[in-house]
Amino acid sequence: MAKFNMAPLKNEMPTQEPCVRNGNFEEVALGYTAEMAIDEAKRCINCKNRPCVSACPVNIAIPEFIAKVAEGDFESAYQIIAKDSSLPAVCGRVCPQETQCEGKCTRGIKAGCESVAIGRLERFVADWHNEHCTVQPVPAPLNGHKVAVVGSGPAGLTCAGDLAKLGYEVTVFEALHVAGGVLVYGIPEFRLPKAIVRKEVENLKALGVKIETNMVIGRVITIQELKEEYGFDAVFIGSGAGLPKFMNIPGENLKGVYSANEFLTRSNLMKAYLTGSHTPIQHGKCVAVVGGGNVAMDAARTAKRLGAEVHIIYRRGEEELPARREEIEHAKEEGIIFDLLTNPTRILATETTDPRDPSYGWVKGIECIRMELGEPDESGRRSPKEIAGSEFIIPVDSVIMSLGTSPNPLLKATTEGLETLRRGEIAVDEVGKTSIDGVYCGGDAATGAATVIKAMGAGKVSAKAIDEYIKAKYAK
Amino acid sequence: MYQIVSKKSLNPTVTQMEILAPFVAKKALAGQFIILRVAEDGERIPLTIAGYDREKGTVTIIFQIVGGSTELLNHKNAGDYIPDFVGPLGRPTHTTGLKKVCVVGGGVGCAIALPVARALKEQGTEVTSIIGFRNKDLVILEEEFKQASKETYMMTDDGSYGRQGNVCVPLKELLEKGEQFDEVITIGPLIMMKFVCATTKEYGVKTVASMNPIMIDGTGMCGGCRLTVGGKMKFACVDGPEFDGHEIDFDEAMSRSRTYAEFEAHEREETCNLFKMEVK
Repeated sequence: MAKFNMAPLKNEMPTQEPCVRNGNFEEVALGYTAEMAIDEAKRCINCKNRPCVSACPVNIAIPEFIAKVAEGDFESAYQIIAKDSSLPAVCGRVCPQETQCEGKCTRGIKAGCESVAIGRLERFVADWHNEHCTVQPVPAPLNGHKVAVVGSGPAGLTCAGDLAKLGYEVTVFEALHVAGGVLVYGIPEFRLPKAIVRKEVENLKALGVKIETNMVIGRVITIQELKEEYGFDAVFIGSGAGLPKFMNIPGENLKGVYSANEFLTRSNLMKAYLTGSHTPIQHGKCVAVVGGGNVAMDAARTAKRLGAEVHIIYRRGEEELPARREEIEHAKEEGIIFDLLTNPTRILATETTDPRDPSYGWVKGIECIRMELGEPDESGRRSPKEIAGSEFIIPVDSVIMSLGTSPNPLLKATTEGLETLRRGEIAVDEVGKTSIDGVYCGGDAATGAATVIKAMGAGKVSAKAIDEYIKAKYAK
Repeated sequence: MYQIVSKKSLNPTVTQMEILAPFVAKKALAGQFIILRVAEDGERIPLTIAGYDREKGTVTIIFQIVGGSTELLNHKNAGDYIPDFVGPLGRPTHTTGLKKVCVVGGGVGCAIALPVARALKEQGTEVTSIIGFRNKDLVILEEEFKQASKETYMMTDDGSYGRQGNVCVPLKELLEKGEQFDEVITIGPLIMMKFVCATTKEYGVKTVASMNPIMIDGTGMCGGCRLTVGGKMKFACVDGPEFDGHEIDFDEAMSRSRTYAEFEAHEREETCNLFKMEVK
């Protein structure tokens, strides 16, 4: 084994220059070269207690795959990751590693030291495999049992992949015309190229997973029918987050006000950012994005690439921004303006009162009020308070509301006996079991808006539970 | 892929198509809608269901050629395929318990009003239909309405067919005469539905309007189809598409519906080669 690399900092990730990338939709981070990956892998000291593994929602054997990278055996490294993760090229890009595996890395404990760049290595390994490997995965022999998966986002794809590997005949039902869920409609091309999602979906198909698009479960086929008429032994619901939240302030239905979901769906799923797209999107000159999460960063950076001056409006301070640090840094580098401790009070319309005038009913500005942070409340978060009389107007022609989502009401409304929590999330136990026998659920549909990897973790746990459920059912 | 089984031109700007989509046909009910894409890179267009045949597995759609995608769809013929056709979406029309109903349709909205009138007739409801068009050339489905209704009132804006005037004229006369409708169901241009609702409000007759706002996914995700109903935000795709007409903010809906008017006009010009030809 080669000597450890004791450099205190990670190998830097090559990226497109900020002033270049904020004008295109190509991927921001370019990825490690093989030399960089090997050098970085040697920073892992293969410590005994492996804190990174327990901090990973799907418990990838991180030190083992990194050891293979250090040896230059990238395909073996991929096979180790693939045992636990169905979507390595996706996770390497969008996981919040700093609060998971990397957050616990022994190399990062000492002040001034950085963890091993586990996420970047995962991405490198997955990309290397996708580029060099021509061997198709071999489907497992079928065990004669069928499982339906509702939704083809990270939870559904993970659950489907794990069950297919165990020999189940898995059908994934997707409501939209393309598989991938939030990975295709939500996360922008510059953060997660859609070709990568397609490749991961192809890998699943090669494992024998069937994907049926244009199937809105609840309307086209109900959960009961999947079990009773179509002969599925179990159903996994990974239907994702639902309707966008708004602030309930005046002006939210003016032309030029989008939810982040709509804005991103137009751009990502419907490719409205491309010239010649058949789906329109407003190319604002000055855009306000309200909210401070990852979705807000995605919306802001998309609007910037469409040519706008972009303001992020967030009612708390920099420290409290819920987005990943890296996303905030990238947004700042790209020239996004952060109006922190600021909260919108109303959205202002153009002056004309004649509805026939094409300029009637459009956004012309957003009125905001300055905020200050009070004492920490019981949860430890400092709650923001308005500073009386501090209202001011930011002239904008578009507003994107990125305030989170509430669960989709469709499955609750169409599935008798499916219990939900107070806010509408589907009620589940720790393995995703719902109130209906043989029906499991995971991801945002059960937790409310969270992360890709948490959804994958839930899909994985439920796959195991479904396997046990079906085995027990037929053992009787 | 979904096959176009038949195609019929109802008037120069309105086309009827039957699409083979057994899963949709199996569950479709009056008042619900579908979303289709004409090409692999095309936009998602929501269209209310105009009919279905559960045995043949077909769903009928009737559309007006307004933008690039509907222009492109109109260029397809029987035997051709479209890549996507998803539904039924939204809640079906609520018809139970209704004894006497007035159905008010306008323009291409009549295509959606017809299955509602038929569903009502089938369950024994007495149906009065009022249908309006801009002129004689644009009249569609007259016979079908007559078959589904006890009385049918035909109106044209210019008087070139039926009576001259808008649909509110006979509606007001009927209400003034003391006709007792359990409900008025209206489907058509926003401006027409606005005035129908204003008319019935005076007489306190419950009125349901079918909304067709801008929409992308149609499954309760994007929030583009939001409307203000009774001062509250509602989403047409999951809460509708039908709402209490007396509570809908029609002015706002009209304004929002024009968000992409300029883009649409441009798209259609780009799509239709006729617009590119020089007049000789």
